[in-house]
Amino acid sequence: MSSVAQKRGFGAALWDWMTTVDHKKIGILYLIGGGFFFVVGGIEAMIIRLQLLKPNNDLVSAGLFNDLITMHGTTMIFLAAMPILFGFMNYIMPLQIGARDVAFPFINSLGFWMFFFGGVFLNVSWLVGQVPDAGWTSYASLSLASTGHGIDFYAIGLQIAGGGSLMAGINFLVTIINMRAPGMTYMRMPLFTWTTFVASAMILFAFPPLTVGLFFLTFDRMFGGNFFNHTMGGNTIIWEHIFWIFGHPEVYILILPAFGIFSEIFSIFSRKRLFGYPAMVFATVLIGFLGFMVWAHHMFTVGLGPTANAIFAVATMAIAVPTGVKIFNWLLTIWGGSIVLTTPMLYALGFIPSFVMGGVTGVMQGAAPLDYQLHDSYFIVAHFHYVIVGGVVLAILAGVHLYWPKMFGTMLSETLGKITFVFFFVGFHCTFLIQHWLGFWGMPRRVWTYMDGQGWNTANMISSIGALLMAIGVIVLVVNIIMTTVKNVRVGNDPWGDGRTLEWAIPSPPPFYNFTQTPLVRGLDTVWIEKQEGNKTGLTFAEPVQDIHMPNGSIIPFFMTFGLFIAGFGAMFHQETSWGLPLLIFGLAWTFVSMAVRSLQDDLGFHVTKQELQRDIDNANKGGQN
Amino acid sequence: MMKGLKKWRLFSLLAVLTVFLAGCGQQELSTLLPAGQVGKDQFKLLILSSVIMLFVILVVVAIYVIALIRFRRSKLGEDFMPEQVEGSQKLELVWTIIPIILIIILAVPTVYYTYKLGDVKAMEEVNDDGEAKHLVVDVTANLYWWEFEYPDLGIVTAQELVVPTKEKVFFNLKAADVKHSFWIPAIGGKLDTNVENLNKFYLTFDQESKGLKDGVFYGKCAELCGPSHSLMDFKVKTLPRDEFNAWAKNMKATENAKVVANANANGEKVFQASCASCHAVSGAGEGGAIAPNLAAFGDRNRVAGFLKHDEKHLKEWIKDPQKVKPGNKMPSFENQLSDQELDDLAEYLLGLSVEQ
Repeated sequence: MSSVAQKRGFGAALWDWMTTVDHKKIGILYLIGGGFFFVVGGIEAMIIRLQLLKPNNDLVSAGLFNDLITMHGTTMIFLAAMPILFGFMNYIMPLQIGARDVAFPFINSLGFWMFFFGGVFLNVSWLVGQVPDAGWTSYASLSLASTGHGIDFYAIGLQIAGGGSLMAGINFLVTIINMRAPGMTYMRMPLFTWTTFVASAMILFAFPPLTVGLFFLTFDRMFGGNFFNHTMGGNTIIWEHIFWIFGHPEVYILILPAFGIFSEIFSIFSRKRLFGYPAMVFATVLIGFLGFMVWAHHMFTVGLGPTANAIFAVATMAIAVPTGVKIFNWLLTIWGGSIVLTTPMLYALGFIPSFVMGGVTGVMQGAAPLDYQLHDSYFIVAHFHYVIVGGVVLAILAGVHLYWPKMFGTMLSETLGKITFVFFFVGFHCTFLIQHWLGFWGMPRRVWTYMDGQGWNTANMISSIGALLMAIGVIVLVVNIIMTTVKNVRVGNDPWGDGRTLEWAIPSPPPFYNFTQTPLVRGLDTVWIEKQEGNKTGLTFAEPVQDIHMPNGSIIPFFMTFGLFIAGFGAMFHQETSWGLPLLIFGLAWTFVSMAVRSLQDDLGFHVTKQELQRDIDNANKGGQN
Repeated sequence: MMKGLKKWRLFSLLAVLTVFLAGCGQQELSTLLPAGQVGKDQFKLLILSSVIMLFVILVVVAIYVIALIRFRRSKLGEDFMPEQVEGSQKLELVWTIIPIILIIILAVPTVYYTYKLGDVKAMEEVNDDGEAKHLVVDVTANLYWWEFEYPDLGIVTAQELVVPTKEKVFFNLKAADVKHSFWIPAIGGKLDTNVENLNKFYLTFDQESKGLKDGVFYGKCAELCGPSHSLMDFKVKTLPRDEFNAWAKNMKATENAKVVANANANGEKVFQASCASCHAVSGAGEGGAIAPNLAAFGDRNRVAGFLKHDEKHLKEWIKDPQKVKPGNKMPSFENQLSDQELDDLAEYLLGLSVEQ
């Protein structure tokens, strides 16, 4: 298995990664895939900001600009932020609850490949030259009017990727419910596990509306449906509702795991138990719940009438309360602690003021009449970047630095990490702070260019310069990763020295079976408790050393998804070509045959024997902590 | 001494004022310098919410900074072991209840203004003669141009909305092709123009646009509607009621005027041959045209909503509209009109006026 993978050739290693069902490897795959798309989306953002650097700029054409904003938004949300967070959830959550894998390793692999092929499908649009151009929200009247196959790429690509997200969500839910180590009650789960849990529950309820909406859109565009065609009795507002019933929970799906990562960081680097843990859990659940009640605040200007607007306005403001509870609990966590400014902690400390600003502008937009002015202006661009970059992306960068040693057994350079932080953080505020005012000054969002003489020139230039600083930060991070990997200085179980949860009590990187013996959990921050009581390993075991049952790898998830990928092209071209329909049928048949093979095959997995485990334990003892 | 101080004070006051005004944007399109009741109400909410939110930010930042200064490991020493506090119910209550109070303070005016700004009952009101009490404008958003119809006055115009000041003006909004959104930042918040239903709201215009930089307020399309979304601007001219009445009368009078006074006769011929199948030059009639009404073209502030209003830009536009505003519905006339015809046409169009 993975322990001998390094000794094989490139082809074998590739095969190993393509067939893996190990949650840690799939987590890394998510990080690589998401990281790649993050860079793609970042390049798109840079072109957008360069185009808006000065008035009447013609760096890109009007049509290409709409392609860029659409793909930037879609890529960053669906193909960068979510997969990278899934990567952390996949890798860290099972370790935190003392499990050996997720509940459905096969489905886990399937989920990853669906995300990956969905993302590739979406980006093939660049190669074909017909790119989605109706914004990431793809409002129906415009998305139906859009010519070429751009929107088809959007509908099918997101359908495939979204299926993967739904599977991942269900998998995490089942894992957390069923696979916690003995003693790990719900109220002893680390906060990152809790946020994973709530985010997964939200995925379970938020993604089906998206699936339905995308099917409607697919039918309308490719199969003669009329769900959104108002001339045939359809209704475009329905798309807006469906999209935001998914879309608003989606932002909480992104931000909750980010909250989880920061909760871990504040606790570790203040050497202090998370303040008000039960309140934090309750606030997380409440945010998850309220997240489904507020979607129409994206639609205040649609003309839903004062009663609907008033209800959704008040509901939106209510979300500020549990979010505020979280902020103050974090502040009280570092209060009275012993704060050390490591790179992850810098990100966490940078997150608080940034996210508070994003949050308060959210409440301002919740005031419906005020939102009539702010909606679809640059103010909202500033707001959601403050929330998503100031919250989610900072969490991702913090998580990369925090968990890198756990995942790869070597520490990212702290110096370069801090340089990244400074560039990224300064660049971020430089880019987006001024955009609030651009909105006040009447600049609508999604504008390809602007005329001179409207007072927007300086502000736009400042914003573009900030984007450049952010890009420099990311480049430094890439350099850091390469240098660290080349140097490859190995670290022990708990490289930060103050780990509190189970993942910090096992080797870095952990063996493929995670825990030689399932641990016994004696409280919140169980490893911290054990260490305070003098147990240097941080673990008490709940079982003797015994054979471990592990799942076999499989290439079938890859094949199943590949069939959908092919079928997508078939659906897209079936109206204009003769080969479209056969290709659609062939692709779907490929997927169904793969599913049948999986169902008919008896794959009982394998056992890691007691002797092998004992040998690993002895080796570890001999070599000390390394 | 005192005099110098006073001067210095005045100067610093002016400096502060300049910075403040610069932060407010430009009068013709800034939401921070509202020139109508709706915009002013929204501005009040902006100030109220900003004050509350600044208070929240200040509290957070204060705790944050003090914690960062006091509890650094570099100061406390490597051996310092923080007390593992579990939490505090009292504190949790404090930071639950105070935000709830703050939110109620914001929610009450929010609900009030939501209903106030959404109240369009007066739209249907008629006086004793059965005439509508208030001015109603039907707005149709098309791929990159705006049509403004005044159903009660029997006139129609495009690209430049003309309205009376100091009274409620009601709007019926709809889109002819894809969804757009109708926004005059300095006057009040936006409302979408949907494809399947009519949206109604009102605005008031307190200030005459004459004194502004270009003599007009700026209007914007605020919903992504295709390649030229960012070029889908319109302008708003606000006139005192009597001047507005005169304008409306003149518009109505273009109905039977076959030849506009001082018109370039050759230009008119070119227009009849090449343009009249889509564009009307009579301001009387109903909306729903496939191209902008040009009855008052000479009075407008911009060509195509955003280009400088002169002969050069007008000809540029007629020659190749796709280059100027990609995705719009107007064909190119580069190869269909000679230079002479183009000159005549431009002169004719710029002479179409109801204000002189």
